[in-house]
Amino acid sequence: MIRFESVSFRYRADAPLALDDVCVTLEAGEVVAVVGANGSGKSTLARLCDGLLEPTSGRVLVDGIDTAAPESLWDVRSMVGMVFQDPDDQIVGTVVEEDCAFGPENIGVPSAEIRVRVDSSLAAVGLQGLERREPHLLSEGQKQRLAVAGALAMRPRYLVFDEPTAMLDPAGRRAVLEITERLARAEGHGVLVVSHDITGIARADRVIGLDSGRVVFDGGPDGLLGDAGMMALLGLALSPAARLAAALRERGLDVPLSAADAESLVASLWR
Amino acid sequence: MALILDDIVCEYATGTALAAVALDAVSLTLSRGDLVVVLGPTGSGKTTLLRAAAGLLSVSRGRVEIDGLPASGRGSARGAVGLLFQRPESQFFSLSVAEDCAFGPRNLGRTPDEALEDARDALSAVGLDPVTFGPREPWSLSGGEARRAAFAGVLAMHPRYLLLDEPTAGLDAEGRRSVCEAIESARAGAGVLVVTHDAEMFLDSADRVLVLRAGRPVFDGDVPALLEALPRLSEAGDVDPPEVPRALMLARERGLLAPGTLTLDIDRAAALIAEGLSSGGARS
Repeated sequence: MIRFESVSFRYRADAPLALDDVCVTLEAGEVVAVVGANGSGKSTLARLCDGLLEPTSGRVLVDGIDTAAPESLWDVRSMVGMVFQDPDDQIVGTVVEEDCAFGPENIGVPSAEIRVRVDSSLAAVGLQGLERREPHLLSEGQKQRLAVAGALAMRPRYLVFDEPTAMLDPAGRRAVLEITERLARAEGHGVLVVSHDITGIARADRVIGLDSGRVVFDGGPDGLLGDAGMMALLGLALSPAARLAAALRERGLDVPLSAADAESLVASLWR
Repeated sequence: MALILDDIVCEYATGTALAAVALDAVSLTLSRGDLVVVLGPTGSGKTTLLRAAAGLLSVSRGRVEIDGLPASGRGSARGAVGLLFQRPESQFFSLSVAEDCAFGPRNLGRTPDEALEDARDALSAVGLDPVTFGPREPWSLSGGEARRAAFAGVLAMHPRYLLLDEPTAGLDAEGRRSVCEAIESARAGAGVLVVTHDAEMFLDSADRVLVLRAGRPVFDGDVPALLEALPRLSEAGDVDPPEVPRALMLARERGLLAPGTLTLDIDRAAALIAEGLSSGGARS
């Protein structure tokens, strides 16, 4: 489990708190969405998960290990994989499989084992067949999946995604969303996703809402989607499909709050 | 007075083994006050189109003209065009947000005071309070704030044509709303060309929509015509339909709703669905 114990963080001594007394957890096997307006502290929270940032006060524990303890930093980093918004920031290899192998090579994994990890990681994100492709010839969606594969090759227990779909088209967005869900539910990873994407939020197991660095919501997505005031505070707008669902509820139809995309809306109407 | 692309062809790596045609026979006219939306999957040539329109890329055939002048080279009208890149954060270089926004107008000959005034107005227009955000370091902004600050830097130059590459990507609801409002108000004095995957946000007010596939236009028309062509464009993978028409299309594919026109309007769609449910096949 990743556990934040009363974590506060500021970027500079004279800067305001970016996170203020945050207590949250992420368990293996669950997808937790982190939401909040621009500047609310979401990316800061993500970067605290693997010791990229250290708390100003409080503790972050990854399976009981303190991320601020210098001697355990590499253990923590190998337990928590990070995927950022812009895959170009983390792609280093000249071909796909080499990029994917970079992390395990760096920590001295034997080459036969690297082969196994690279093949399974690329298969997990649907990039098999593109092993020899140059990363710059991939589409943005494929690049983001390569970034995910690179993180997976480190065999992390937890994966932290900072707005992984912001630069993607809707098809790429759906593909990445499905991968994050499969990693949690079928493979038991704990997955934390920073996102504004309502479809992803509606399908998460739990949602953590941040406002000016404080946790103002921690609960299931239905509780959030049904609370217009909280949605506004967190800088979220209902998706057009969710607004259509609301218009149908007003007409007396039984449409669940979780029907935030066209597919689940239509499925819920005609079962 | 317009920005005109006349039958242009753009190639990358011409004459090498990697040569690829990124745009093929694309024409477009953008007049002041117009909002033209360019859709198409990743890799279909949308960003190339913006770069060609801004005169940043030479065309291998056809003509790019801005208010009667060439888009690039000597005597070009490049100052008339404001271009917002997909990752605008990468275009900051000043020590404060206000200075960064004032750089463009200074370059166009405004006095320092006038330029700061332009910068403040532009920051307000994108929903960033100039008193709070003006003195901040650009690198201290969150992703969404940075995008809006970069947009303000473009607006501060009062371009006659605004070319925007994914202006709402990565923004929260309020950020998307303020960017769209800023675009609407800029439209009073400028023509706006938007490349986007966020069709939902722009189709309500678009005058014209261009859809590209592998560099070639596969649709060029207004929004009602787009809605009519949507099933075909969606089938071909050219456009991911906005959610409201998508829900109607899904319902029709399953034979749960009688064939008919598509709409972006939520109330009309709700009425169509409620009607379909009451006439049979309904659960409730």
